[in-house]
Amino acid sequence: MDFYFGLAQLIGVHTLLGLSAYIVLLTGQVSLAQAAFYAIGAYVAGMLTVLGGWHLVPALGVSALAGAAIACAVGFPALRVKGLMLVIATLAFGEGVRLIFFNFDYQIAKGDVKVGPLGGEGFRQIRFFPENGWSTAEVMLFIWAFVILVMALLWWFDRSRYGSVLRAVGEDELAAQSVGINLTAVKVSAMTVGGGIAGIAGALYAHYTTHIEHSSFNVLVATFAIAYPIVGGLQNVFGTLLAVIFVQGFLIEGLRDLGDWRNLLFGALIVLAMNLRPRGFFGGRRRA
Amino acid sequence: MLELKGVSRHFGGVRAVDGFDLRVNQGQIFGLIGPNGSGKSTTVNLITGLFPLTSGVISFKNRDLGRMPTHLRLQSGIARTFQNIRLFGQLTVWQNLWVAQNSPEDQARHGFFPRWLGGQRGVRGEIAQLLEFSGLAHKAEELAANLAFGEQRRLELARAMAAKPALLLLDEPAAGMNSEEIGQLRDRILKLRERGVTILLVEHVMELVMGVTDRIAVLNFGQKIAEGTPAEIQSDAGVRKAYLGGEAA
Repeated sequence: MDFYFGLAQLIGVHTLLGLSAYIVLLTGQVSLAQAAFYAIGAYVAGMLTVLGGWHLVPALGVSALAGAAIACAVGFPALRVKGLMLVIATLAFGEGVRLIFFNFDYQIAKGDVKVGPLGGEGFRQIRFFPENGWSTAEVMLFIWAFVILVMALLWWFDRSRYGSVLRAVGEDELAAQSVGINLTAVKVSAMTVGGGIAGIAGALYAHYTTHIEHSSFNVLVATFAIAYPIVGGLQNVFGTLLAVIFVQGFLIEGLRDLGDWRNLLFGALIVLAMNLRPRGFFGGRRRA
Repeated sequence: MLELKGVSRHFGGVRAVDGFDLRVNQGQIFGLIGPNGSGKSTTVNLITGLFPLTSGVISFKNRDLGRMPTHLRLQSGIARTFQNIRLFGQLTVWQNLWVAQNSPEDQARHGFFPRWLGGQRGVRGEIAQLLEFSGLAHKAEELAANLAFGEQRRLELARAMAAKPALLLLDEPAAGMNSEEIGQLRDRILKLRERGVTILLVEHVMELVMGVTDRIAVLNFGQKIAEGTPAEIQSDAGVRKAYLGGEAA
């Protein structure tokens, strides 16, 4: 049973990661920086609970704020460029953040062991859950409480004028500014909200795996973050959830028995899914 | 109300608009005509700030617009429609009007929170009026991409009006319309004037331009070759040669 709870934890965290890219994609921006905000959230929360002895809940709040603040700061210069240039700019930022954590040492002695991030060795022993005696099922429920909270928030955005404005910018920037929408403000706000969500995802990730290192936040993770909402479609937040279940639950875990054939099938099934549902799982057959 | 002084826009060696002077008074319907590629749409893009000026000054309500960004020009009262329709196709008709409510009045009326994250209740009445005006009330929940061509043109006009503009720039609003639709468009334009909206009408369809405008300017190769009342323009030999019929008498 713990295997399934563990898988549910992974799916929950990846859903949050995908949703952080979802809101940015609504404005038509492709950001490969989501893994960096995820990393910042993970390291910030881990340091607060391990080195600072904080409870996880306030640490999650600080991680969300840190992710949002960095995303906002990155958003202003990065969103001046569009399309491929933005992909490259955010990719460079993501790799830069990863390399900072690769070289980041900050250890303090706790009893007779030293704890904290240790460069390439990573940040081990983020043991908030085991130290407080949480079971795997409880950790899973804790993670899913945040997944539901964030999905509800984005669902509400989608129903509000803000959601329509995000989609208007994503469809036609020129028309959007011509009807009086401030493109920079809207794009940076989406980036900021996305950064906050990625920060929460990273904080939860650090605590359920208990060990993070720079390679947990590489380009592959950034690619997964944007792949989920693209595969799931931008119609609503459930597409992203379904895409994570499809990719993590079925393609990666479900096909594990196939060994090397899995990777081949993985690619083929993604291509098939995109061909059968080009506008995502909830895309329907509307005119493009 | 709107004044262009020596406005120029060059793209490389091409002088798309060259030393253009124009003065549109409050309450006028001003026509801007000229052959394809004569700089009409470029002029609209310059007034709304989508392109920077190469030289010259554009002022609105006696204020130099300078390098003011497009969205602030809209908020100061200049709205437009597009020659090639640019609706938000994946939004509903209703949402297309909702996102366009960006006048200072709308921004002041609701607080930040209800304006951005509130539901649809507070603004229903005004949008219903706009839908009524453009004959789209029965299509409110339809996706804009699924509308017929004439309906899309009507929605574009309604979307521009959602910003409560003082000056409306119409970029070939009759393109592709049949004569019945052109008649309806004429009625709508005249109704807007009754409400006090000043209109700059860029158009090829002479039946519409000659029927509704108070004054017309003619562009050719980026330069103004004539300006006057519709009657004066129709009898101007230069205009006839450049544009209207070729038979230079």
